Amino acid sequence: MDLSRIRNFSIIAHIDHGKSTLSDRILELTNAVDARDMRSQYLDTMDLERERGITIKAQNVRVDWKGYTLHLIDTPGHVDFGYEVSRSLAACEGVVLVVDAAQGIEAQTLANCYLAMEHDLEIVAALNKIDLPAADPDRYAMEIETVLGIRAEDILRISAKTGEGVDKLLDAICQRIPAPKGDPDAPLQALIFDSQYDQYRGVVSSVRVMNGRLTTGADLLFMQAGTRQEAIEIGVRRPVPTPVPELGPGEVGYLIAGIKEVGHARSGETVTTFVHGATTALHGYRDPKPMVFCGLFPIDGDDFETLRESLEKLRLNDASISYAPESSGALGFGFRCGFLGLLHMEIVKERLEREFNLALIATAPSVEYRVRKTNGEVVFVDNPADLPPTQNIDYIEEPFFRVSIITPKDYTGTLMDLCQTRRGELSKLEYLSPERVELHYQIPLAEVVVDFFDQMKSRTQGYASLDYELSGYQRSQLVRVDLLLNGQPADAFSTIVHRDKAFAYGNRMCEKLKELIPRQMFDVPIQAAIGGKVIARETVKAKRKDVLAKCYGGDITRKRKLLEKQKEGKKRMKSIGRVEVPGDVFISALKLDD
Amino acid sequence: MTGPFGVYIHIPFCRHRCDYCAFATWTDRDHLIDDYLDALRLDIERAALAPVSSVFIGGGTPTRVPADDLAKVLAAVPLSPGAEVTVECNPDDVTTAMMQTYAAAGVNRISLGVQSMVPSVLAALGRTHVPANVERAVAAIREAGIATFNVDIIYGGSGESLDDWQATLQGVLALRPPHVSAYALTIEPGTPLAEDPSRHPDDDDLADKYELADDLLAAAGLANYEVSNWAAPGHECRHNVLYWQQGNYLGFGSAAHSHLDGHRWWNVRTPERYLDAVRAGESTEAAGETLDDETRRLEGLQLALRMSDGVPAEALDADELDGLVVTDGQRVRLTRRGRLLANEVSHRLR
Repeated sequence: MDLSRIRNFSIIAHIDHGKSTLSDRILELTNAVDARDMRSQYLDTMDLERERGITIKAQNVRVDWKGYTLHLIDTPGHVDFGYEVSRSLAACEGVVLVVDAAQGIEAQTLANCYLAMEHDLEIVAALNKIDLPAADPDRYAMEIETVLGIRAEDILRISAKTGEGVDKLLDAICQRIPAPKGDPDAPLQALIFDSQYDQYRGVVSSVRVMNGRLTTGADLLFMQAGTRQEAIEIGVRRPVPTPVPELGPGEVGYLIAGIKEVGHARSGETVTTFVHGATTALHGYRDPKPMVFCGLFPIDGDDFETLRESLEKLRLNDASISYAPESSGALGFGFRCGFLGLLHMEIVKERLEREFNLALIATAPSVEYRVRKTNGEVVFVDNPADLPPTQNIDYIEEPFFRVSIITPKDYTGTLMDLCQTRRGELSKLEYLSPERVELHYQIPLAEVVVDFFDQMKSRTQGYASLDYELSGYQRSQLVRVDLLLNGQPADAFSTIVHRDKAFAYGNRMCEKLKELIPRQMFDVPIQAAIGGKVIARETVKAKRKDVLAKCYGGDITRKRKLLEKQKEGKKRMKSIGRVEVPGDVFISALKLDD
Repeated sequence: MTGPFGVYIHIPFCRHRCDYCAFATWTDRDHLIDDYLDALRLDIERAALAPVSSVFIGGGTPTRVPADDLAKVLAAVPLSPGAEVTVECNPDDVTTAMMQTYAAAGVNRISLGVQSMVPSVLAALGRTHVPANVERAVAAIREAGIATFNVDIIYGGSGESLDDWQATLQGVLALRPPHVSAYALTIEPGTPLAEDPSRHPDDDDLADKYELADDLLAAAGLANYEVSNWAAPGHECRHNVLYWQQGNYLGFGSAAHSHLDGHRWWNVRTPERYLDAVRAGESTEAAGETLDDETRRLEGLQLALRMSDGVPAEALDADELDGLVVTDGQRVRLTRRGRLLANEVSHRLR
């Protein structure tokens, strides 16, 4: 294929700024998908993605436009999945920046644009939703010019919803984004930028050929993994997967090589030929590291093996999940799992429950602490239950985030207040435009993962946006708060918190748990304690009445069904000691904050 | 057919709808009353019943229809000797003449919907009668020589204090009723009350009131024989006991339920559809269920557990039920605390 006629690009946009709608429109306009077959938001395939309106896994699709071959490489739209953005960018020569003409640019979008600039990618900017009455494209074009140095007159104005201007955007992509470079006769170098597990085909990898040719049947070497594989099928998504005999330089498509697990075809992997292959791998990128950890325990102990198998299956498709067996005095056998963020954690738990029919209890989420012991040894602790005894601890360090928040200036005060209560330290405050401010903070990760995002949104009517990255470890005054249910320590619910916040935390958790734990047949004391000293206490009073008063001829069937339903409901409860606790009690307790 | 057999007759008309009520009843269809009663009679005659041991005429408000006409419906039901025949009555409607008509038709038990003896609580429940009507109604029942009667009362209405409830219990006991049904106000989906959480009763308050009721009723010689029912010896409601023992019964009228040997079904809900079906000679059934043996067995235990005789000891896992059940080795019975937590105990039936 003629390299000069290929254009590879991603769309960078904030959630709800219209990326999926634009993708749909592009598919339609290029006749890739019949308007009749158009499933709204074609690229969001996972049910959960549709329900939550976010893209989790990157997708790519090939379309034709006026003699050009365009590869649209989709990017995920939530900050937890930011790492997938850099994967996608590595396969592109340019990006389309989509900004809501009624809202302006958001923090994460900005961060992704900077990332694109670092990769030397051409940025084609477009203001979307110009059909909205509240759209103010002139104002936000100026803002983009100020912040990113893209000239306002070069910014396109489109409505993905009505289709207005989308053809001009496609023209601009062909004109402005450079053609890929590459030598078809050089040894093969192809970059894997995404891998997904298909139950029938095994791992299907998205690849971008940089040099050489990837041909069907080729004997391949996965350079980082050091494994030899056969190229069983090569193809392009139009978006229906369509096999092709080969992919040349600059081309994007998929590769099926009989691999059983995405961990063996990781993003960033370089594929070459086993014989006469390339000697150097492409510049890859680091795999994302889990940031948030929690225990997942089956409510029915018999489901432990099913949980293990389910985690294995999920990991086939999501190499960013980590898990290791764990046992808890309170909850029995389960797994300590690592996630990219709280949303990722919720999504994984929900998928396990929905797709594998499991009932799970999740423990309080934790970050990974670095503990220096008095004997000089340094240990990493992501499970508060594993914290060494106090007398053996010299000091504890916790991970910090560099957080940037973009907000209309009127919310600056309330956001600074929020960051302050989260132990944040302001490092910079800058005006992007007379109306909008960017705040830079250093905040402990533990304070960000829980519900910072929701709080930020609710304090700013949804106008503020957030981006963050890990900035390193710092010493903090941390203690472990333990929880006791019915006098029994519930080890799985211990949490590490800052000393100054321990008392308030203990009180709040006791209060929340009192609301969330249903009344039992006996009084259930809930206590919070530090090192054996009780700092807070609440009691769930014993249930006194649950009987249905009436039960006559017409009530009997209904009553039997109600009892069956209640009994079914009990299966979603975990017994800790003799106390029945709902499976999502800790996630709920943390979310009900303030 | 051997053993007891019951008939339930549903009268779906009311003057006024109470806002906690989810029964199939209507306030705007009095013009259907004549046709409806005709249809009931026809439907009962077609069933060609053998003599039955109990009849219960409920609603709605059976006293909403003329006593003579109700008597004609009842006349279509063959009664075995000593059969129990109950009519649910609104105290506002009860007159001596009406009771005499009922008595002549074979009615020997009246169930009075009293609900409360405290005017403010009655108003909050959306009821219109005054306590004085209750005394007059009881006098009329006695004057007509009707053998026994029940008083229905409800606790947990919005604004009802424990003192109010005590006043209701004492007011009712002053009438020396042989039978009292005391119900916790239950929130039924789809009722106006369900839409107003501020008026929903609190479970602890309900438990307090239940215990007070049990104390006062027992002291007056009325023994608890089912979760919400108390009676002087020999005055237990045989028709209701039939329900709780999974006995056989046929229901006539709109929305009425029937049960024969593990098969249960219920009639179409509106009086119009019931009328149409009967006139056309078609089935009045809306839907039904057939219980498999295990479900039927378990349901039997759930119902039996609510009664004073309890269940066979081996049918209940009584671990961790201290204070909720007592056993003599053969039967397990709920204690008073256990009656309040009967659902929780039911989950351990096996």
